[in-house]
Amino acid sequence: MAQEGAASDSQFRAPVDAWAMRRAMLAEFWFYFCQNRGAVIGLFVFLAIITVAVFAPLLAPHSPILQNRDALLLPPFWEEGGSLAYPLGTDAVGRDMLSRLIYGARFSLFIGMVVVTLSVTSGVLLGLAAGYFRGWLDVAIVRLMDVILAFPSLLLALVLVAIIGPGLINAMIAIALVYQPHFVRLTRGSVMAERGREYVTASRVAGAGRLRLMFLTILPNCLAPLIVQATLAFSSAILDAAALGFLGMGAQPPTPEWGTMLAEAREFILRAWWVVTFPGLAILITVLAINLMGDGLRDALDPKMKRG
Amino acid sequence: MLRFLLSRLALLVPTFIGVSIVAFAFVRLLPGDPILLLAGERGMSAERYEQLQAVYGFDRPLVVQYLIYLRDVLTGDLGTSIVTKRPVLDEFLTLFPATIELSVCAILLATVVGVTVGVLAAVRRGSWFDQGIMGVALVGYSMPIFWWGLLLIILFSGMLQWTPVSGRISLLYYFPPVTGFMLIDSLLSGQAGAFRSALSHLVLPTIVLGTIPLAVIARQTRSAMLEVLGEDYVRTARAKGLGPLRVVGLHALRNALIPVVTTIGLQVGVLLAGAILTETIFSWPGIGKWMVDSVFKRDYAVVQGGLLLIAGVIMLVNLLVDLLYGLVNPRIRH
Repeated sequence: MAQEGAASDSQFRAPVDAWAMRRAMLAEFWFYFCQNRGAVIGLFVFLAIITVAVFAPLLAPHSPILQNRDALLLPPFWEEGGSLAYPLGTDAVGRDMLSRLIYGARFSLFIGMVVVTLSVTSGVLLGLAAGYFRGWLDVAIVRLMDVILAFPSLLLALVLVAIIGPGLINAMIAIALVYQPHFVRLTRGSVMAERGREYVTASRVAGAGRLRLMFLTILPNCLAPLIVQATLAFSSAILDAAALGFLGMGAQPPTPEWGTMLAEAREFILRAWWVVTFPGLAILITVLAINLMGDGLRDALDPKMKRG
Repeated sequence: MLRFLLSRLALLVPTFIGVSIVAFAFVRLLPGDPILLLAGERGMSAERYEQLQAVYGFDRPLVVQYLIYLRDVLTGDLGTSIVTKRPVLDEFLTLFPATIELSVCAILLATVVGVTVGVLAAVRRGSWFDQGIMGVALVGYSMPIFWWGLLLIILFSGMLQWTPVSGRISLLYYFPPVTGFMLIDSLLSGQAGAFRSALSHLVLPTIVLGTIPLAVIARQTRSAMLEVLGEDYVRTARAKGLGPLRVVGLHALRNALIPVVTTIGLQVGVLLAGAILTETIFSWPGIGKWMVDSVFKRDYAVVQGGLLLIAGVIMLVNLLVDLLYGLVNPRIRH
């Protein structure tokens, strides 16, 4: 008994070990994340896709843009006329489908990362400013976001790309811009809720400056919903970029981007099912894996869901 | 209720002004000089160019141009299409029924199936049915619908030959539009087989456009239902000895539907974005395809007018949803 008392006593006296606390929080997060079987499957699929994207040059049997005039619209190997040299067949100009799909993973992940980075950074900055300072700045920012939200996102992105010119980079900028209001609203709402809390007042009384209050005191406590929204934005960005590619306004041929591949394959849909099926399947699997993870993240980060 | 309505309307005014500025600015930012575009390949003399600039008001200050534009918009003049030379508003009104018909069918499918499936999944929480349905819903939610449309065409139009690939009705039938809705017009025409043809053209686009809203509504209904089923009044109803059908149908569902109504309303933007892809795939002559075609043809007047009209439609529907929400949930009004 005496020993136990001493241990808890020293625990109280020892300075809080930030690393140990963080590790404990991560362990708790991981515990709740693993409660969701789908989320774990999604995570593993996502990691697999990242691996494929990173090692694309090693994994792809052919160059993704090399055309072979002797192997046009070759079916996958299990169909009659297919060969193992082109396991998933070839497209209309004789490029290897498998290699293009493997390289396509790079583009999709890149799109997701860039769009999320751009929209989260700008959205959080604007939302933080609006929620913290309130007043005319808040009104201006909220009105601006309302205007962006009044348009269907894909239509706005399409017209934006038409203005700044078709291409992958411009498509990503346009998509980031139309996603930004969601982050502004979310950040603004949480900041307004947190701003009046006691710990913020305490920090202010202790002499924390404005920037410190905004970024170090308030922002970390608003992160949970932002992380969930960022996951959703990652998968939506892949879908929308593929949609723009499909409409001819995203990545341009011969880029092996999955949506662009679908656009090129459209005219062969009744003749060569594989050129249409595989790129879409790749999009679906990637987006599904990320959404599964998103569901798990939401469960793990939402205190309401934690039971027992 | 009137005050609630007025306050919501007042909120729309600055948003509408913002939307009109965006639509106005877009056209000035589009690459290519609209007047040279009008001239085509022949080109024009410098005098004619200046003359046309004056006609279209491009030589005035931007603020004046904007105010003139706003005045025209408010009097119903949205300009003339560069390609077809028809007023933009006329074109919109001709094509909009096609989009409404498709969207209404899609949202009906999504609501009926989504709510049913969501309620059943919530009632049998944790069962294989629940897990299976929620799995399918997540797949639907993650679906690239342009690919989904192509797959359905391969299966139903290519392999099975059950449905046509594109358009709204077979070319065999012709009748003057009365309502603009092909399902109704084909019935009114009295021509045998016309309705069946219109219906068969509508099936695949409806499924494609309805997929994502269906998935969203099913997920939302399930979680709203689960929340309500845990409430005290549901337990009381059960304790009173009411049958499960009455408890679920009468007591729980009515309250669970409140957030679902909002979700359904929010799908309008999703539907119009989806219409861009769905109409392109199925060559459905609605405003989604119209906008895409106009962007590619650089028909700046149509892009400008279309943006404004589509945003206006979304704002109006959102207002209606707000009002509906105020009606079903009186707490909101205060």
